[in-house]
Amino acid sequence: MSEYLVNIEDERLSFFTPAGEVKALNGVTIRVKEGEVLGIVGESGSGKSVTAYSLMGLTAYPGKLIGGQLYFNGHHINDMTEKQMRKMRGNEVSIIFQDPMTSLNPVYTIGNQIREVILLHTDKTKKEAQERAIELLKLVGINEPEKRLKQYPHELSGGMRQRVMIAIALACEPKLLIADEPTTALDVTIQAQILELMIELKEKLGMAIIMITHDLGIVASTCERIAVMYAGNIVEYGTTEDIFYNPKHEYTKGLIRSIPRMDAKEHTRLIPIEGTPVDMLNPPKGCKFASRCEKCMKICLTEMPPVTQFDEIHYTQCWLNQKEEMEKNGQAAPAADSEEAKGGAANE
Amino acid sequence: MLKYIVKRIVIAIVTIFVVATLTFFLMNAVPGGPFQAEKSISAQARANLDAKYGLDKPIFQRYLTYMKDALHGDFSESLKQRGRSVISIITTKFPVSARVGGMAVLLSLIIGIPLGCIAALNRGKALDNVIIVLATCGIAIPSFVICTLLLYFIGAKLQWLPTYGLSSWKHYIMPVISIAVYPTAYITRLMRSSMLDVLGQDYMRTARAKGLSQGVSLFKHALRNAIIPVVTYVGPMLAYTITGSMIVEKIFTIPGLGSEFVSSALNRDYTVIMGTTIFLATLMVLINVLVDIVYTIIDPRIKLK
Repeated sequence: MSEYLVNIEDERLSFFTPAGEVKALNGVTIRVKEGEVLGIVGESGSGKSVTAYSLMGLTAYPGKLIGGQLYFNGHHINDMTEKQMRKMRGNEVSIIFQDPMTSLNPVYTIGNQIREVILLHTDKTKKEAQERAIELLKLVGINEPEKRLKQYPHELSGGMRQRVMIAIALACEPKLLIADEPTTALDVTIQAQILELMIELKEKLGMAIIMITHDLGIVASTCERIAVMYAGNIVEYGTTEDIFYNPKHEYTKGLIRSIPRMDAKEHTRLIPIEGTPVDMLNPPKGCKFASRCEKCMKICLTEMPPVTQFDEIHYTQCWLNQKEEMEKNGQAAPAADSEEAKGGAANE
Repeated sequence: MLKYIVKRIVIAIVTIFVVATLTFFLMNAVPGGPFQAEKSISAQARANLDAKYGLDKPIFQRYLTYMKDALHGDFSESLKQRGRSVISIITTKFPVSARVGGMAVLLSLIIGIPLGCIAALNRGKALDNVIIVLATCGIAIPSFVICTLLLYFIGAKLQWLPTYGLSSWKHYIMPVISIAVYPTAYITRLMRSSMLDVLGQDYMRTARAKGLSQGVSLFKHALRNAIIPVVTYVGPMLAYTITGSMIVEKIFTIPGLGSEFVSSALNRDYTVIMGTTIFLATLMVLINVLVDIVYTIIDPRIKLK
């Protein structure tokens, strides 16, 4: 257990809304080693951010952890009080949010907002905090740091603000940086700069990164491991090579098919994943992806698929993979379940 | 900043001029006059009075004379209160109203802001509902009802507090509360909704993610952003409140400007009407400038141009 910086075991988390229980996470297991970059990809509402936020104890009301064990850097998150959690946030684990335009408080200077986190978690004096803030701005590639520290967020560009957010996140040299769609709100050239910066800083400071995104391009260029999430489950997990060159789960395959290719012939249409995301209030009984899956079988509609391990790292949660693996290993596949049930799925 | 101040002064002068002109003609358009009610006086005496105060002259000429005198700082004498200049009426009565009104504003801020914050932080819970109901009552119940209830129960039945005049600090309690109820309720509601808005902002999530305690994120990060709508409201409200409430002043027998304002209008005391109106307009303009300056202190994104 201690070899991992982050160890989330079978996390189950629900939002108890007036309309009913929304099962946001249904048994998510994530492990991150020190200095590793894990990408979590998935569509909106698949539970990417919820997973990461729960690690910081930032689960929004009315969300509640109902199962699983969360460990981070030797802490057992489940047992921690809010006070202990506060000591950890911004110190051992930091987060960068999606929209740098709104993530900084408009009425305080950049300097104030950077110094704040330094003064909170270290014994530094105001003067030392100021020096550290200057150092941090230099680190994230902002020119004229002394001048910038006196400026307000609205006086900086989006890319600049995201750099400031990164500076705030790195202020106390965290062990883990959670990047929640850090570049979604930025334009493409700035996106590349910010990603490069993050990876560069990771090399320099040796922290682990959890990169949450719906952009496969970003994970391909930055991550070592990738978890693909769908409707509160990790449907496929593997190294970046596994996911991009040897995807097993139909959802992952679909995601990769839907990326525009540089080498595509003209007028080639992108192939979308048909259907709509699951209604999380009334999720289907079996595999959540079944109703959109081209290769859906009967059993997919009734039972959650087990984990199919391809090698030490690469795994999926898919009945088809399970069946194929069993056949490959010479085991008899569950006969009744092998019938195609596509028609049934389509009618659902 | 200098450009802004110059601009505001020019606008202020124009505003006050327009208010004065409109008031002058409107008040003369209303039937009746300062000496008409006094039936006992003879026609000759009335003509003499009119001549003395220049009321026999054509209206436009009177307007020009008044404005010219006003520009020289001469707001002339009251037509009804013999021998008292309009300026002396305002300078003796305004401080009384301002004291009571100022305390009421202070009270409404001291109670309204925390109450609104508490409601927002407990959104949807029982406490929030209680505060909302109270605030709605505070807005809906007219001040004369509150005055009467206070007078009847606390003043007459329980005899805890004196019922008229302003001779000790005890005398201030009931009038100040009566005036403060409405703004307190209004500020509570404003504060609640703007606090809810701010609490949902991304930078509040950032504050939590930094590891700040709820208190620090609330007082440092939320309050300053959430208070802006309250400042907008408090500006004009302050102007109205410190110039006195006719109802409260009448009920508690307070010699303030509010009742003077109303009785001058009823008595057609032309010079006092003009004087108090111009005074109120000037005060309003000044307070608005003050509010603008306060904005720039609170929110650096606001620049005065």
